[in-house]
Amino acid sequence: MTTMSNKPLVQFQNVSYSIPNLPNPIISNLSLTIGQGETVVLLGESGCGKTTTLKLVNRLYTPTSGAVLVEGKSTTDWDQIALRRHIGYVIQEGGLFPHFTIAGNVGLVPSLAGWEEQKVKTRVDELLTMVGLEPARFAERYPRELSGGQRQRVGVARALAADPPLLLLDEPFGALDPMTRVSLQKEFAALSKRLDKTAILVTHDVREALLLGDRIALMDAGEIVLLETPKEFLASKNQKARAYLATLTTGV
Amino acid sequence: MNFWQFLQQNWPELLTLIRQHVVLVLVSILIAVAIGVPTGILLTRYKRFRSPVLGLANIMQTIPSLALFGFLIPLPFIGGIGARTALVALVLYSLLPIIRNTVTGVLGVEPATREAAVAMGMTDGQVLRQVELPLAMGVIVTGIRVATVIAVGVTTIAAAVGAGGLGVYIFRGLRQYDNNLLLSGALAAALLALVADFLLGLLEQQFKFDGQPQKTNAIQKVLLGIVAVAVLLGAIASFRTRSESADRANKIVIASKDFTESIILAEIAAQMLEAKGVSVERQFELGGNLPHEALLNGKADLYPEYTGTCYTAILHHPPIGDPRKVFDQVKQEYARDFNLDISEPLGFENTFAILVRGEEARRLKLKTISDATPETPKWRAGFGQDFMSRADGFPGFSKAYGLKFLEVREMDLSLTYIALSSKQVDLIAGNSTEGRIAKLDLVQLEDDRRYFPPYEAVYVVRKAALTPELTEMLSKLAKTIATDEMRQLNYEVDGNKRDIREVVKEWIARSK
Repeated sequence: MTTMSNKPLVQFQNVSYSIPNLPNPIISNLSLTIGQGETVVLLGESGCGKTTTLKLVNRLYTPTSGAVLVEGKSTTDWDQIALRRHIGYVIQEGGLFPHFTIAGNVGLVPSLAGWEEQKVKTRVDELLTMVGLEPARFAERYPRELSGGQRQRVGVARALAADPPLLLLDEPFGALDPMTRVSLQKEFAALSKRLDKTAILVTHDVREALLLGDRIALMDAGEIVLLETPKEFLASKNQKARAYLATLTTGV
Repeated sequence: MNFWQFLQQNWPELLTLIRQHVVLVLVSILIAVAIGVPTGILLTRYKRFRSPVLGLANIMQTIPSLALFGFLIPLPFIGGIGARTALVALVLYSLLPIIRNTVTGVLGVEPATREAAVAMGMTDGQVLRQVELPLAMGVIVTGIRVATVIAVGVTTIAAAVGAGGLGVYIFRGLRQYDNNLLLSGALAAALLALVADFLLGLLEQQFKFDGQPQKTNAIQKVLLGIVAVAVLLGAIASFRTRSESADRANKIVIASKDFTESIILAEIAAQMLEAKGVSVERQFELGGNLPHEALLNGKADLYPEYTGTCYTAILHHPPIGDPRKVFDQVKQEYARDFNLDISEPLGFENTFAILVRGEEARRLKLKTISDATPETPKWRAGFGQDFMSRADGFPGFSKAYGLKFLEVREMDLSLTYIALSSKQVDLIAGNSTEGRIAKLDLVQLEDDRRYFPPYEAVYVVRKAALTPELTEMLSKLAKTIATDEMRQLNYEVDGNKRDIREVVKEWIARSK
């Protein structure tokens, strides 16, 4: 059963994206609706366009045709800065600022939004606790002093700091060892449900897709070839899907 | 005297030169940073201008420094002799490393970090100030460090345009073949470069974010504080010395070329004017043709010159032999073309003396240049830059006598005498009033074909600057110095290593 929620938070309307140097479009005629509270996973191999799709949502890229609507308004109509502050962005390795403390990193967006200092500090402590990092131990450290897994948690905390309704995650757990990865995946799933966040997550890991996604969008060559719930995906007859599922038993 | 005695005697002057040097470097780097860093930042935003601007800065750096200094002198406002011109040249030299490193540093920030910053909703200004600049700072400071060390070296050339600094000792040491001067100037400059490199290296460490967390320790903070204070003091000091040029109207600026005789003659004029209560500014030891340029631009009023040089090198006439004719024509054309006047001759000539070793002259019975002509294919010759480049110098000379040398070497004029006496060359073109001629047992060959024009010593003066005192002094000096006397004065300074001011003071007292 496809859980179609009440209000679509993000809508792709026949979106294409190409760049002048390449003959083939990176995204062609992509349509997708993401409801509030949903986690949609964009699954695919390298070069299928999943990261590009993600970046169209927070206007890091602009569609060459079609429109991407966030909360009903096209990304081109939004004020770029306001749009981005409205969205939490998590990337591989966290993308943390090496010259800011953990607290500085996490509190960045609220500070930019003009929250007062005490409010920022409270929020930072709250978030660090939420992602399993003791504020007293970690707030004043620097990213280089943390392990990969810890940095990733900070990245998630940072994305959640200003309490945005929408999260974009680009292979967030890709650089972690398998044990940490599974652990963080489970924590994130729980957190996301608890906070009622809408999330679009890009991954090439089918296991992750099955675990985290309310729906999985399988992408190939700039198009969505399959859009199903994990249960449907497992039973799918689609060739590509079956290839992915095969890796579950042969690969690690 | 040995090096330590020399230092003991001269440390005040050395310290002054160090101070001038440091001020020049500090102020020029400050200005270069103020221009270079914002320019670099702009270039990271506007890709189109990157190549042209970086290319321009690159060209600035490849222009030979003395050429750049000389080129700037005639320009209005930023030109002239002295610190200001040197500063402009130094700033231009320092721009390339600073701009380039700013661009590299900012563009070198991890793409993921920058993308995260943008994706979080930072404006371009915020990305620049909170992410890019802090992370680029290490690379930018490296660029400043490189520029500073280069500047310490290039500033030694500033002495040639009258800006002071350690170059004064270096050039003087070369000219007088005095190792103490050379060593102290060069060592001090090298030490300055090392200190600058070290201090800025410390600053650089502050900005490294990979590896261990940076603990800003107290020592580093104190050192940075010292640098900041020194920079401030230096800037203030340099602005104060600049205000001296405000009284241009009330004083006479006397220039000289960068060899001993020229300085002595200029110093004579200076002291005689000061005795009359005239305010005098000395811009001595200027390189090349700078004194003449300075007079043309009103930046200087008086300098000693030779009629032959005026005739051939400045007025570009082919050489002739009649002294009176040369003098009259120079006087006439200088007045007509440059608004300059020349004084009556001082009483001696300083012509190019073709010199060989005494023992060779005696062995081969050489008296005239023509006597030597058959020997020259076996000889190596050594000439100064002046003689090599002037039309009335080597080109005309070798043609007039049909000379062909085994090898011709160009070197600093003051080194040619020693080169000759130590048999590294066999013939040189020195100055006829050089004090060391007798001491080194060198013999002057007679110019039997009368190739070299007369080089009577005179003062060139700006007509606009002629005051009654100046006119009186110039007429008083006419015919007062014979050739022997000039040689003796030269020897007192170059040979006996006495202070020029002392020697001149004595001479003036003696000649009353």
